[in-house]
Amino acid sequence: MAGKTLFDKIWDSHVVTEVEGETLVYVDRLLIHEGSRHSFSMLRDVEMEPYRVEQVFGFADHYMPTETTDGGIPGVKDEKIRGMLELMEKNTAEFGVRNFGFHDPNQGILHVVPPEQGISQPGIVLCGADSHTSTHGAFGSISFGVGASESGHIMATQCLWQQRPSTLRINVEGALPFGVYAKDIILGVIANFGVGIGVGQAIEFAGSCIESMTMEQRMTVCNMTIEAAGRMGMIAPDDTTYEYMDGRPYAPKGTLWDEALEYWQTLPSDEDAVFDREETLDVEQLVPMVTWGTNPGMALPITGIIPSPDEAQDEDQRREIEVALDYMDLRPGMGMAEIEIERVFIGSCTNSRIEDMRAAADVATKGKAKVETWVVPGSRSVKRQAEAEGLDKIFTDAGFEWREPGCSLCTALNGDLLNDGQRCVSTSNRNFRGRQGPNGKTHLASPAMAAAAAITGKLTDVRTLG
Amino acid sequence: MEPFTKLTAIACPFDEINVDTNQLCPTRFNKLPVGDPYLQKVMFHDQRFTRDGERRNTDFVFNREPYTKAQIIVADRNWGIGSSRESAVYAMAAFGIKSVIAVSFGDIHYGNLMKNGLCPVRLSQQACQNLRGQLFDNRGATITVDLKEMKVIAPDGTEFEFDMHPLKRRCLLEGRDDIALTTQYMDNIKTFEAKHHSDKPFMKVQEPE
Ligand code: SF4
Repeated sequence: MAGKTLFDKIWDSHVVTEVEGETLVYVDRLLIHEGSRHSFSMLRDVEMEPYRVEQVFGFADHYMPTETTDGGIPGVKDEKIRGMLELMEKNTAEFGVRNFGFHDPNQGILHVVPPEQGISQPGIVLCGADSHTSTHGAFGSISFGVGASESGHIMATQCLWQQRPSTLRINVEGALPFGVYAKDIILGVIANFGVGIGVGQAIEFAGSCIESMTMEQRMTVCNMTIEAAGRMGMIAPDDTTYEYMDGRPYAPKGTLWDEALEYWQTLPSDEDAVFDREETLDVEQLVPMVTWGTNPGMALPITGIIPSPDEAQDEDQRREIEVALDYMDLRPGMGMAEIEIERVFIGSCTNSRIEDMRAAADVATKGKAKVETWVVPGSRSVKRQAEAEGLDKIFTDAGFEWREPGCSLCTALNGDLLNDGQRCVSTSNRNFRGRQGPNGKTHLASPAMAAAAAITGKLTDVRTLG
Repeated sequence: MEPFTKLTAIACPFDEINVDTNQLCPTRFNKLPVGDPYLQKVMFHDQRFTRDGERRNTDFVFNREPYTKAQIIVADRNWGIGSSRESAVYAMAAFGIKSVIAVSFGDIHYGNLMKNGLCPVRLSQQACQNLRGQLFDNRGATITVDLKEMKVIAPDGTEFEFDMHPLKRRCLLEGRDDIALTTQYMDNIKTFEAKHHSDKPFMKVQEPE
């Protein structure tokens, strides 16, 4: 019999029962946020209490103000946004959910705080009420996003009906070249293999490049798995994982830690494990990537040229390119590095961890912001760490705005918006039409590339800044 | 939840691929609670209305008769990709949509449709194209989605069979929500959990010291 994959091992150990081709899967951790109010209403409707409330964690992030938190929730001016924040406090208090809320010293984005707190662990099944829950797969877990009804279902039963996904392994090989980051790798993967490469699949990232990555970098890669249409992304746990986790508040302690470690070491895919599909990407030739279109697969090296609809392989693609160019107001044949921009956003669950702050600060020392540039750390803990290292000072000296933690311009729910039609370089994960504000034009890039664009006012190859 | 068994209704052909949930419900409307009357305007809001909610004089299909009364959408591939927001489905339901036929769906969105009693139907590229072709030629034509027989009947009478997972299908047919279904298995869950936590005690949430 062939060996098992990382995915197989975790899945098989979480099957409660199987009925007519659907599997009832046990969920070890559930992450929710202010948008999850429908889940609480469901519980009320069926008159149920959360089944394992200690396995549910709440976060204030999507609606958090990032300009200032002075005045607490009552100080939030927009009545509807204030209502969402209040409701989260009320719901989590009523049902007894641990909430990293508005006033918590460790408040932050639901994909940034759990790793910091040791809530994300190898071998678990973790669900979150946000599609980028795949982030936590960086720890060697099955982690995926669910809708509000599914969150409510998990709260009521701690389980979820699922169909077993097929598996795909992407081997990322080679050392990261100068100026190339985890963000470029995942944009490269999506641009290379297409936004549909992983439809509904469990994608394991492996290979020498992944092995040499820090946890922060691995999280960036897994975060955007969902943009390759994957159901989840995952990376085998190793010493890097254990070192990162050791001593975090919710990580196992003492003999439990030893037991856990012994188990975690059995999780990586067996040598003879068989995946439904395998692909390889060599990163040594990779150049910093930026998106030009309206989905994350429409990405090019910064040295590239805006494509023409004539290059399309079929009628569908032709139309797709035409529509995207029209929306993004770009001409075929333009160099990527000629595109002038109006805003920069450094933040979101893809790139708002301490290493991202450091990478952006490094570039910020080389000039002054030419356009409005925001830096939004992913959590209060990232913010404290960055301030301890003096990064906030570097940003403000360069004319970047240093803000409070939250999702902010990633999804523009909290009132942070681009002005109508503005063109923005963003370190977030989605460049869909209007996501950052009405008619907003988003170019996705790494934090270093975003900072480079900030100080030149156009898309810029960060490698040329020395 | 209302059961979905068989529906014959006006179907709207929608040619675009990769329709993301942000178009179905622009982010700023995520706050609207289910039942809010404005939800009726939210589906494709920014193509149908100006920012102030004034109707745009566009040719956008969902602004045109008879498609304001459409209950079925025939789309292309990758319908409902992107954000997991369930508000996309609330907006579709508020508009009156009860079924979407497409070549493929965003994973989470597919589940969200069913959880709200809307019937997602996967058909081949050719079948979707054929259906859209007939609908374009014959504005306001109706289509039948028969979940009992698992087939779609085109305006010209052609029948296309589709598949759905038996359990999901049963929930839709009976209008039963998942929680009611799962609570029948509570004993299995308890037995599983007891063993899971005794074999691997570190899987339990460890309260910080
Ligand atoms: S930062 Fe963006 S993608 Fe991440 S959780 Fe917030 S809204 Fe979702």
